[in-house]
Amino acid sequence: MINTNAIRQGDRLALSRALTAVENDEPAGQKIQTDLFPHTGNAHLVGVTGAPGTGKSTLVNQLAKTFRQSQEGLEPPKIAIIAVDPTSPFTGGALLGDRIRMQDLAGDKGIFIRSMASRGALGGLAHKTAAFTTILDGAGFDLILIETVGAGQAEVDIARLAHTVIVVEAPGLGDDIQAIKAGILEIADILAVNKADQPGAENTALALKAMLAMAHGDELPTAGKHMRRESSHKTPATHQKEDKAWRPPVQLITATEGKGITELIENIQKHKAYLQETGLWQAKEAHRLRRDLEALIRESLVRQWEGNIDQARFDEVLEQVIHRKLPPIEAVKLLL
Amino acid sequence: MTDRKIRVLIAKPGLDGHDRGAKVIARALRDAGMEVIYTGLRQTPQMIAEAALQEDVDIVGLSILSGAHNALVPTVLNHLRENGLDDVKVFVGGIVPEDDIPELLEKGVHAVYGPGTDTQKVVEDIQKAIQGQNE
Repeated sequence: MINTNAIRQGDRLALSRALTAVENDEPAGQKIQTDLFPHTGNAHLVGVTGAPGTGKSTLVNQLAKTFRQSQEGLEPPKIAIIAVDPTSPFTGGALLGDRIRMQDLAGDKGIFIRSMASRGALGGLAHKTAAFTTILDGAGFDLILIETVGAGQAEVDIARLAHTVIVVEAPGLGDDIQAIKAGILEIADILAVNKADQPGAENTALALKAMLAMAHGDELPTAGKHMRRESSHKTPATHQKEDKAWRPPVQLITATEGKGITELIENIQKHKAYLQETGLWQAKEAHRLRRDLEALIRESLVRQWEGNIDQARFDEVLEQVIHRKLPPIEAVKLLL
Repeated sequence: MTDRKIRVLIAKPGLDGHDRGAKVIARALRDAGMEVIYTGLRQTPQMIAEAALQEDVDIVGLSILSGAHNALVPTVLNHLRENGLDDVKVFVGGIVPEDDIPELLEKGVHAVYGPGTDTQKVVEDIQKAIQGQNE
């Protein structure tokens, strides 16, 4: 049995075993989530996403290392890292290689790294990644860095989970049309152009900045067009509020050499402060918890239905559907 | 419903500088449906034991080509025990002289594989070891 107190007191083996129980959906895992839930809500969840090979793991390594050194006189934050890599759709196996780039962090007891296979989830995270953050948050980690599967254009689950999303780009991955497509760029709170020592990095940064300017115009991300036209009539107070809207910074970094990391951390802190000052922190949490709750209800309803359904009746209805005597939509009405 | 995947840590302790064998075996285990955590070259025994703890693996596979197995393997085993990972099974692959194998097995290594071992055999041995544990 896994001991919640041990986890709260920093027992790393208990924590690790709890994560396994959660990942495998064992009853012990559900109990531990329930027990730790009252202790959650304190950690800053920072997502790191981007295409394969842009340097996400290297960046996470540098971020964790620098965060641990930062802030003189203050206790450095306890950091947990969740690194998600894809599960093979053919064999169900996975090669989890993100630790290779995180060797600098070995030996630091203030850092806990867990690799996670996506296990069939398609949004860039695993189904249980959110549950992992509950455990790690409850265990007392101040900062949780979540590295997604190498993501392209549609893997945007991280935006719903993390408070702050860093999208990592690298030079040479596509023209400026890529930058105005929907998807991953839209979820960025901070855009990091990695490999700034390579040719084309400045151009990539410029293209991203142009994209952002186009998206926001002279206006701010939350304001609709009609509001902009009317903005001259607004009261000063409203003006001030609008001026505070977050505009994602575009930042050149060279993760392998640690260049630009301190500035990136400043932006992460700024974004956190922004969320807290504007009340968006609470709003995001509320939104996420609502979604989690809805998902759990859905799951549990399905399980309930599966437990109650008369298999013979189901087969009988299915047979009618297979023989095109009954449309599936009507069949659902018979079976629910 | 539980869906317990076999989790394996493949690690290279010590200073030997190539990891072809480790990558081949990592790939084979992946293809057998396991979740393989690969940590890269030049790991200390402490780093390996810590990674095994954080990743909660069932199996640790050590690849050693340098000849330092008699020193490195027992140290890894000790650190694993210190971390409370007594139930983790340790497999060793690489270049280990026949004469050294009995001592490694006696110290708690589950199996030792030399060059040219069929990866399928390693897969089956791991599956057997885990089944034995669960029964």
